[in-house]
Amino acid sequence: MNNSMDFLLWVKGPAFEIALFIFVAGILIRVIEILLLGRKADLSEARSSDVRAGIRTVLNRSIPESGILKKAPFVIIVGYLWHICWFISFFLFVPHIEVINYLLGISWPGLPNQFVDTAAVIAMISLLAMLIYRFNHPVLRFISTREDYLVWLVTFLPLLSGYFAFHHTFEPYAMLLGLHILSVELFLVIFPFTKLMHVITVLMARWYNGVSLGRKEPENQEVQS
Amino acid sequence: MFTQDSLGKILKSHGVSRRGFIKFCSTLTSMLALHPAMAAKVAESLEKVQRPSVIWLHFQECTGCSESLTRSHAPTIESLIFDYISLDYHETLLAAAGDAAEKAMHEAMQAHKGKYLLVVEGSIPLANPGFSTVGGQSNLDVLQNVAKDAAAVIAVGSCASFGGLPNADPNPTGAVSVSDIIKDKPIINISGCPPIPVVITGVLAHFLTFGVLPELDNLGRPKTFYANTIHDRCYRRPFYDKGLFAETFDDEGAKKGWCLYRLGCKGPTTYNACATVKWNDQTSWPVEAGHGCLGCSEPRFWDGGGFYKALSLPDSDVRKMAGYAVATGLAAGAIAGIANKIKKQDMLKQHEVVSVDDWDDKS
Ligand code: SF4
Ligand code: SF4
Repeated sequence: MNNSMDFLLWVKGPAFEIALFIFVAGILIRVIEILLLGRKADLSEARSSDVRAGIRTVLNRSIPESGILKKAPFVIIVGYLWHICWFISFFLFVPHIEVINYLLGISWPGLPNQFVDTAAVIAMISLLAMLIYRFNHPVLRFISTREDYLVWLVTFLPLLSGYFAFHHTFEPYAMLLGLHILSVELFLVIFPFTKLMHVITVLMARWYNGVSLGRKEPENQEVQS
Repeated sequence: MFTQDSLGKILKSHGVSRRGFIKFCSTLTSMLALHPAMAAKVAESLEKVQRPSVIWLHFQECTGCSESLTRSHAPTIESLIFDYISLDYHETLLAAAGDAAEKAMHEAMQAHKGKYLLVVEGSIPLANPGFSTVGGQSNLDVLQNVAKDAAAVIAVGSCASFGGLPNADPNPTGAVSVSDIIKDKPIINISGCPPIPVVITGVLAHFLTFGVLPELDNLGRPKTFYANTIHDRCYRRPFYDKGLFAETFDDEGAKKGWCLYRLGCKGPTTYNACATVKWNDQTSWPVEAGHGCLGCSEPRFWDGGGFYKALSLPDSDVRKMAGYAVATGLAAGAIAGIANKIKKQDMLKQHEVVSVDDWDDKS
């Protein structure tokens, strides 16, 4: 590998295949293992539709509980800001949509670059702010493990390298783009085996809770779950 | 074709006015990113310069680079400069053939030892010397022989610069670039498939004027022409920034001149001067004509993952890999699940009923 173009072709070719393999296989292993653990059958009669109850909890637990904003304003505000801006930078940048379309055959309109650029900057700032907060908060720092910092790093790197690539901060561009893709591959590889799995398990857990709560609700009256 | 006249005289006899020549010199000066005040000096030295001897070798190539230069446009000063150099050996353009041509080359090499310029077009096959020969001599031998006493080597086109098309996967001839073989001479890569004619003459003119090659980038290309990406100078760039893309070659976006990224444009990774210098006497250039950049001036552009695939796309058989991953994931997940079940049952079996009394006994 003697030039940046070779490097770019390597990350887009063999390295991407390896990362994709670990990502997909890893997620499936984790999810199937969780599902096969099984639960005792819930013998109670479903009061309303399980699906409705499940979806309801998935959605309404994404909205902050009333009063929590006053108790933990930093975590709530920065947490939302981070997730929304990350979502914009990842899903609404046209070159990314092209990749998703290529992989999954689905596509949607993107945002103009200036918006995506701003979102990426906000996302990076909020990630940094959360890291500082974690360092300075005695309890948080105490319960933080090495994995937490690793997860932070591999989440931050794609944003940073993507920002550099977009702005052509260094030359040659092929090297920057290659580094960006490589950092995403790192993210994909560790995703299934770390807390990053929450992207998937959070939905499973909420769904499970929603369904079991749905069975507990009194007839004709929906429990606030 | 060969006279002993100076360049100034030759240009005059071709009907190029003094004004036209000075204008060319200022364009050249600005293209080479020199201070405007240098224009007069460039003109002065170009006018007086002695005809340098040039040996132009053809290896594994299509002669497109020579075509690009010699047929670029009805007589321009660039092509006259090209005429002006003493092209002592050029397999395609030479009137002499066979032994006579070989002789001319060896005479030039002797007469201008250490001073002639060697221009190489095409890549060199290493897998088997017989893959490409001239007069029974392998390309490798010819290159090494002629380069030995050259003042500098100019690799014209992507084949000579990086291996180019012959080097495309699976590279059946073992094609390599000039710089893979020649290590002890100044080499300049004028990449492109083909390179822009003005870039070739610009480099020649620079050498004629200053006696040295211009400043090079990390791939050995003249910085003045390869400092920016096509994307950085592309007139469609505002559309890219606004997120307005053509999705097919004949949709509304294409008609409105929107960005060609989604249609596979490799402008962002390609360093070349097309967007500013343009082609065919500044008439137009590929992206202006409605087609994305192929990345022809970059190494391995032919293997870059498909001309019509967006730059960000993975370059591999993802479907096959995803299929393997799903199969592996399902199987491994099931095995892990069953292993967990067996473990759970074993633990249940080993379960003893204990009471507080047992605790006392043991402790
Ligand atoms: S057409 Fe190509 S070079 Fe021009 S802005 Fe779009 S991607 Fe960049
Ligand atoms: S636009 Fe790109 S592919 Fe076309 S000639 Fe220029 S550098 Fe080569």
